Order: sequence, then C-alpha cells, then structure tokens
Amino acid sequence: MTAAVLFQKVSRHFGNVRAVDGVDLSIAEGEFFAMLGPSGSGKTTCLRLMAGFEQPTDGHIEIFGETAEGVPPYRRNVNTVFQDYALFPHLSILDNVAYGLMVKGVGREERRKAAEDALAMVKLPGYGVRKPGQLSGGQRQRVALARALVNRPKVLLLDEPLGALDLKLREQMQEELKSLQKSLGITFVFVTHDQGEALSMADRIAVFNNGKIQQLGTPEDIYKRPQTRFVADFVGSSNVLSSATLAKLGISAGAASLRPEAIQIGTSWAELLTLSGTVVACSFLGAVNRITVDCDGQRIIISAPAAMPVPEQGANITLAFSRNDMHVMEQA
Amino acid sequence: MSAVTHQSILPERSGLARRLSDFLWRHPHVLLLILLGPPVLWLGIIYLGSLLALLLQSFFSIDDFSGLINYEFTLATYKQLLIPANFDIILRTVVMAALVTLASAIIAFPIAYYAARYAKGKWKAIFYLGVMLPLWSSYLVKIYAWKLILAKEGIVTWALTKLHLLWLLDAWLALPVVGGNSLSISYTGTFIVFIYVWMPFMILPIQASLERVPGNLIEASADLGGNPAQTFKYVLFPLALPGIVAGSIFTFSLTLGDYIIPQVIGSSRLFIGQAVYAQQGTAGNIPLAAAFSVVPIVIMGLYLWMAKRMGAFDAL
Repeated sequence: MTAAVLFQKVSRHFGNVRAVDGVDLSIAEGEFFAMLGPSGSGKTTCLRLMAGFEQPTDGHIEIFGETAEGVPPYRRNVNTVFQDYALFPHLSILDNVAYGLMVKGVGREERRKAAEDALAMVKLPGYGVRKPGQLSGGQRQRVALARALVNRPKVLLLDEPLGALDLKLREQMQEELKSLQKSLGITFVFVTHDQGEALSMADRIAVFNNGKIQQLGTPEDIYKRPQTRFVADFVGSSNVLSSATLAKLGISAGAASLRPEAIQIGTSWAELLTLSGTVVACSFLGAVNRITVDCDGQRIIISAPAAMPVPEQGANITLAFSRNDMHVMEQA
Repeated sequence: MSAVTHQSILPERSGLARRLSDFLWRHPHVLLLILLGPPVLWLGIIYLGSLLALLLQSFFSIDDFSGLINYEFTLATYKQLLIPANFDIILRTVVMAALVTLASAIIAFPIAYYAARYAKGKWKAIFYLGVMLPLWSSYLVKIYAWKLILAKEGIVTWALTKLHLLWLLDAWLALPVVGGNSLSISYTGTFIVFIYVWMPFMILPIQASLERVPGNLIEASADLGGNPAQTFKYVLFPLALPGIVAGSIFTFSLTLGDYIIPQVIGSSRLFIGQAVYAQQGTAGNIPLAAAFSVVPIVIMGLYLWMAKRMGAFDAL
C-alpha cells in the first residue's frame, strides 16, 4: 500500500540551523499520526514540508506516491488547520469555510450547501453569517476544522490546533477530533507538544528532538518502552535510573526508565524489586499525590493515588516495583 | 533598609507637585482637558474657523462693475463654476487626480509589499530611507529638477536618443491631449511629477496595512487551493484596501489642491489650485476663489462616502 506521506532522508536547513535533519517516516492512509516534541524540535517544519510552505533542503517527499518537492501548496490536496486558525477576518464564517471550494470554481449554491454541512459537522450550524471576530477561540477552532475538511483533503494537517483552548474544551475537542477522524477515514497528521494529547489521540507517535525523530511507535511503545533518555523524560516525566542505582538492583545497564505510577510504597513482595529512600517533597495534584524520594542521590518521583496515606517529609520509605515496569534503554 | 516600610498604605507626601498628581489621579477627566484643550481650541478656532470663513465667502458675490464684494447670500458664484471655462478646470483636475491616484497605487503596492513581507533589518531601514529621502529636500527644488529632466534638452530625451528610441517619445508627444512640444510642457509631464512627488504618501499607508496582514492568512489561502492571483484578489487586496484608500486620500486630495506642479510642468491650462491662486490674487475675486476651493472638499467628502459604502473600511 502506498503511504499517505513518505519522507526519505528529508532535511530542511535555515542557514546553519538544521530544523529538520534527515527524517525518514511513512504515514499510512487513514492513520492518526502525531508528531510530538518540544518547541524548536522540527515537528512544525515537518508539517510545513507536507503542506508545501517549506521545501526540503535535501531528501525526498511523497504524498500518496507522488513527488511533492517543488509542488506549491495550492496544488496539493492537503489542508492545514493552523495553530492560530488563520481565519480570514474580512469574510463571513460561511465564506471562510467555502473559500477552498470558491477558488476551485465550485458554484455558489453548491459551495454554500457544502459549507453549511461542514459547519453542522463541527456543531456550528447557523453560524455562517458571523465574522471570525465574533466567535470564541473554541468556535474559531471548529471553523478552521470545517474550512479544511470541506475540501475533502487526502491528508489533514493540524498544527497544535488545541493549544489555545482551555483544559475542558481541549479534552472535549480531543474526543471529537478522534471520532471525526474515524468517521471520515482521512489521514490526520497532528503536531503537538502535549504528550497527553498525543498519547490519547494518535495511532502512532513520532517523538522529535533537535530536528530528528527520537522514536517512532504506538503510544504504548513510546510510553512504556522509551528508547532514549529524551523520550523517557519528555513523554510523561519518567524516572531515569542511573547505572549505579541499577547496580544496586542487580542489573547492569547504562540507564533504565521507570514510570512514576508503577512504583508502590511500603509493600514488599518477593517478586518485586525494592529501593529505600528519604521523602523529600510531597505535592497534592488532585487525583494523585506526587512524592519525590531521594535514594542515595538518585531522585525518584512516585505518583501515588490520593486515597493512599501520604508519608511524612523526611520519612524513610521502601519503594517497590516490578522488573517488567522498568525499561532498559538502548542509549543513555 | 529604611526605604522599606511595613505600612500597607503610604502616608501622603507633601509638596504642591505631589498634591497635584494625587488630584489628577483622582480626576482623570481634568488631566484629559488640560492635555486636549489647547490643541482642540487651536483646531477649532484657527482651522475650522478659517474653513468656515472660506465657506461663507463662497456664498458672497462680486460686483462686476465696482469689483467690490457684495455681502449678500447668493448661489451666483457657484453658478459661475459651471460655465464651460471653469468647469473644464474642475474636470481636468479631477481626472488628473484620479489617474495619478490609480497609477500611484499600482506602482506603490509591490514596493510596499516587498517592504512589509520581505525586507528585514538593514533592508527595512534602506526602504524607509529610500521612501522618505525625497521628502527631506525642498518640494520646489524637486519640481524644477524634474523640469530639467523632462525638458527637450533633458536627460530623458538624451537617453532615448542614445537608445534609438526617440521615435517612441515623439510618437507619444504627437498624441492629442497627453502630448505637447516636450514632456515638460505636457500633461504627461505633470502626471509623472505628481506621481513622483506623492509616492511616499501612497507607499507608507499601504505598507502599514500589509504589515498588519498575518502571514499565515496568505498561507491559508494557498493551502485551501488559492493560486497567487486568487490570494491577491480575495485576501491580500481586501485586507490592504484600507491602506490603499488612506494613501489615495493623500494622492487624490494633494493633486486636487496643488497649484505649483501644473504651473511649472505642464501645458498652460489651469488646475483648481491655480484657479484659486489666480482668482484671489490677480483677479481679486475672493468669492469665486472660495467657491473653487470648496470643490476639492466636496469631492473628497463624496470620495470617502463612496469608499465607505464600498466597504473599504470593513477590514479596519
């Protein structure tokens, strides 16, 4: 099967800055693909390379098997939902949504109907007469989505589309985006710096750092089996155990990751590995307590259910965890 | 650490200035009045007052026999504007102003677009310098310089001769209305110099309006399938229109009122500004001069009203 988007050794340099540095990836048709990373990691540049706003310095890009280098954005059947929505301020919502159809020469009546259907799909029926300035951030986000989807793109690119929304709205939009993607069957490529968002929505995730893909895999892969310290750190503030700590456990390896929620306090069964340490800090985060423990210089963070009793600061406690929850990393 | 106090409210400080600042803080309207009063009075009395006096003058008439002003309200002076000799002047000026405005907008847009979108750092400074530099030298010097440039013995004729293209200029000058003996005594010459002199007033507002258009709107248009021409037509132009209108207000009204350029460069036929100059000076017909000067005001009013109706300010 041809890939929806294919990158072969793609690089994009800005002067001396290697924004994207030899990236290989292949996104399958109908996939919900997330590109995750801190700002400046190259994920947005990758998205812009797919949209056609940037041209690769080096390498080869294909969209559904067709060469994309040198093809301007307006000849790519790919649409973007921009980070700050980029709605046309002088046009009504309906004209905004119908814009892509208008420039393609679709008749007035037909595009009006298509735009109204698209607005209904994003749950904004009857908003067509308003101007973008009269809408809230969440509503504008939906309009941007409708404006892209009305063109029936082969690939939909989303550049941190939920970044400007408040938490509750963001969670709601995550679910809606996911179900929309399922029902439409369009390939979604989603850029985000929020690991929770990537983990909950994506079929596969590419974790970016310094213009390179650090790891590419399913959310479970990325979360449970980080291959590098960067991925372990970035995806869910994992504990990275040093080789000295690992030696105490009888394991010889450079480093290993251990999720905060995989650690129990006080219990000590034979099959569990244990470490002892001093409680340094405790903070209440709602559903969980975050407890920081010092084990001979190795900081370990524990995420304990709020219902559990909280150890006092300075107390000596025993940490227990299963060998299976620990993941030895290929590189430190 | 004597500056640190444990009081939650600091004691009132003494001194007239402190008391005054406290008073103004509590009565912000008084501050506004002090700041705005003098300029508003200046504008109101000196500027609007004289404009009103001008308007009043235009409703008086002149006694043809004695040459004295007859202080009775009449529309006779305005009627005089409609006689062919005077109406020709108005028509000529308005057509020239419209053409100058159109040409300025077409020339200014790419320059402004470059400056707003691409020029950075040093190049931006060079752009501003290039646009503003002509404004630093005297208006009269520039116009007389242009007279030499456009004259029959000038550099334009010389360059075209060297390029063996003089026939092109001769063909143009042979045309009726726009032609003449040389560029410096033709409407074409007047047109060129008007464009040159008012160009900064067109470039700067367009550049300001383009600078406010977020770059991602251009990208969004391309992303949705709009080719560059469509992006210009549906996104860039509507959003730049307030700037173009602002610039055209300058070029249009300045051309309507100018009396030096057509006097130095052009055929001997009068423009509104020259007519005002002649009527209030040599002819001593203040009412007719006043009526002539009301014409640009009315035209500008109509122009703004039309621009507003066309939605030129919707994107503001």
